Amino acid sequence: MKLDELRKIRERAEAELRLRGGPSRVKIVVGMGTSGIAAGARQTLRAILDEVARRDLRDVVVTQTGEKGLAAQEPIVEVHEPTRITIYGEVDEAFARRIVTEHVVNGRPLSERVVEVREVRDDQPAH
Amino acid sequence: MRRIQVLLCSGTACQSSGSDKVKRALLDELGSHDLLSEVQIVETGCMGPCELGPVLLVYPEGTFYVRVKPDDAAEIVSEHFLKGRPVRRLLWTEGAPQPQEIPFFSRQMKLVLRNCGTIDPEKIEEYIATGGYEALGKVVTLDPAQVIAAVKESGLRGRGGAGFPTGTKWELVRAATGDTKYVICNADEGDPGAFMDRAILEGDPHAVLEGMAIAAYAVGASRGYVYVRAEYPLAIRRLEVALAQARKLGLLGARIFESDFSFDIELRMGAGAFVCGEETALMASIEGRRGEPRPRPPYPATHGLWGKPTLINNVETFANVRHIVLGGAAAFAAVGTEKSKGTKVFALAGKVRNTGLVEVPMGITLRELVFDIGGGVPAGREFKAVQIGGPSGGCLPASLLDTPVDYDSLSRHGAIMGSGGVIVLDDATCMVNMARFFLEFTADESCGKCVPCRVGTQMMLAILNRIVAGEGTDQDLVRLAEIGDMMKNASLCALGQTAPNPVLSTLRYFPEEYRAHIRDRSCPAGVCPNLVRYVVVPEACRGCDACRRACPTGAAQGTAGKAPYRIADELCIRCGACFDACPFGAVKKEPR
Repeated sequence: MKLDELRKIRERAEAELRLRGGPSRVKIVVGMGTSGIAAGARQTLRAILDEVARRDLRDVVVTQTGEKGLAAQEPIVEVHEPTRITIYGEVDEAFARRIVTEHVVNGRPLSERVVEVREVRDDQPAH
Repeated sequence: MRRIQVLLCSGTACQSSGSDKVKRALLDELGSHDLLSEVQIVETGCMGPCELGPVLLVYPEGTFYVRVKPDDAAEIVSEHFLKGRPVRRLLWTEGAPQPQEIPFFSRQMKLVLRNCGTIDPEKIEEYIATGGYEALGKVVTLDPAQVIAAVKESGLRGRGGAGFPTGTKWELVRAATGDTKYVICNADEGDPGAFMDRAILEGDPHAVLEGMAIAAYAVGASRGYVYVRAEYPLAIRRLEVALAQARKLGLLGARIFESDFSFDIELRMGAGAFVCGEETALMASIEGRRGEPRPRPPYPATHGLWGKPTLINNVETFANVRHIVLGGAAAFAAVGTEKSKGTKVFALAGKVRNTGLVEVPMGITLRELVFDIGGGVPAGREFKAVQIGGPSGGCLPASLLDTPVDYDSLSRHGAIMGSGGVIVLDDATCMVNMARFFLEFTADESCGKCVPCRVGTQMMLAILNRIVAGEGTDQDLVRLAEIGDMMKNASLCALGQTAPNPVLSTLRYFPEEYRAHIRDRSCPAGVCPNLVRYVVVPEACRGCDACRRACPTGAAQGTAGKAPYRIADELCIRCGACFDACPFGAVKKEPR
């Protein structure tokens, strides 16, 4: 064992611990209230998880939240970044994958199906 | 990909309250909702609030659930994991789902316990992810003298009780002549109510192993032992797993980090004799001899295990070491008081709302420890005293609640830091009986080798037994102080030297309770059986006749259906049968 081998183990293992409050660049939140699930939020969530895992995105956390009160536009997906929160509506599986590839990976937020973009100031952390 | 991690506390306390069953129930529910690939259950070490177990912490939000039953699994999975709605009824306090919002957690400062409850102790990768073994990797490139200098500069003192400066101890072992040296980790935690070391070994075993390896490099040892009591099966298992993993990665064994430093560790199980926590008795036990202390000097630093220079430190002391190396001695020394640096882990027990395991900066007051973090005494009772340091420690009364918790302040008031057992006592505790309990323990655990301890503990216990039986005399108080003083000065080891402390400190702070037992033949707390009177509270009595039927001497008197009954004190033998029999709580004990 050399010190740089230890650091490699550390890097790999840090991904495991990231969910426990480690640093993450982006947090993707899927609305999983009753109406969200009825509108297909389970499939949306699965597609996002699959896309994130396939691309081995280590600085992305995916989580779920409850009803947001926008039943008409479910499934709702929020992308939390340090400076802004982007809320997308009517996110089906295909659009969910585009959110990951275009918005999260390429850093180009999509212009369709946007419900709201909220700027986050320093004193109001995104999450 | 996982989107949720459930940290399930699987320390000894939570396992006793059923964490295994909760885990199985959660896995069943996850399976039936097809969530096994999205939700991961991680078994961790102790999270602290043992009273509220089984506890679990759900990430990424950090929602903290308490007293989780297997039946709750369905709701947690369908509501929280699927729909993202925390199950409010299982939160510690409504509206404060996250640990950092709960005073029990927010007032603590976790350094040694940082990984306890946040990583899986059976996965070395998770320890490495928190910077584990980096300190060892750094240390083997330094000169041993630099390592010792850093530990000295940090101000770390032994966490096992006596508070000897750790760096100085290391320096002594380094300077001792001899080509074979040993490092021993003292994990023979024996104080009643203390479980700090168990929690560290169960929750973060690698931190202890890494601390030992760093110490071994600094003092020039190539072999180490962990002496752990056999009554800690989970700690032993996790140590064994940790040792095997560390060896597999080459973090223990030959030529660590490609340096010339080689080191390996063996486990030795103790049979649970309290005296084996004393360093010379512990070493005798490792050598296969009877666990009895011997006079010091010579100290283990020069004549230790098998006559070789030996470094012996406590579990928590070793667990601090990597933080000093990684964070720097100055950062470590920035926490605490002038002479007590860093943090201390305490096991909070007794009459306090939040019993469990806590870590606080040195110098915090007893009041903050007991009331802010511990939540104070449960409703309806008054705080009376805090017993700190176990059978070697002392009792401090309410008037000393603002005493800072550090080595020197505590010993100035007749208690000791000890290993960190804190027992909170309320007004229903008889201080004489409490002192008697600890004396009974030390009398039982005295190894018998030296006369002051063997005979002294028995004599003190006999006197205390007389006092609680209502047969004490004023002369007994003088004798207690005399024998205690003699034991302190003449006993061979710390067991005998400190055994009188619970008695001497209660004599100092609660003399009126001893006098009430002796002169008034009365136990003010209503605890000592011979010194209480049983009375019927007329308003509560329903005339059910249960007490009369239970009474063996005809002291409980009355006619069925005609309340209230009465208890004739002159006939009463204080067996308590009426007290136990009354279904309405109408029989009360009161001081005679």
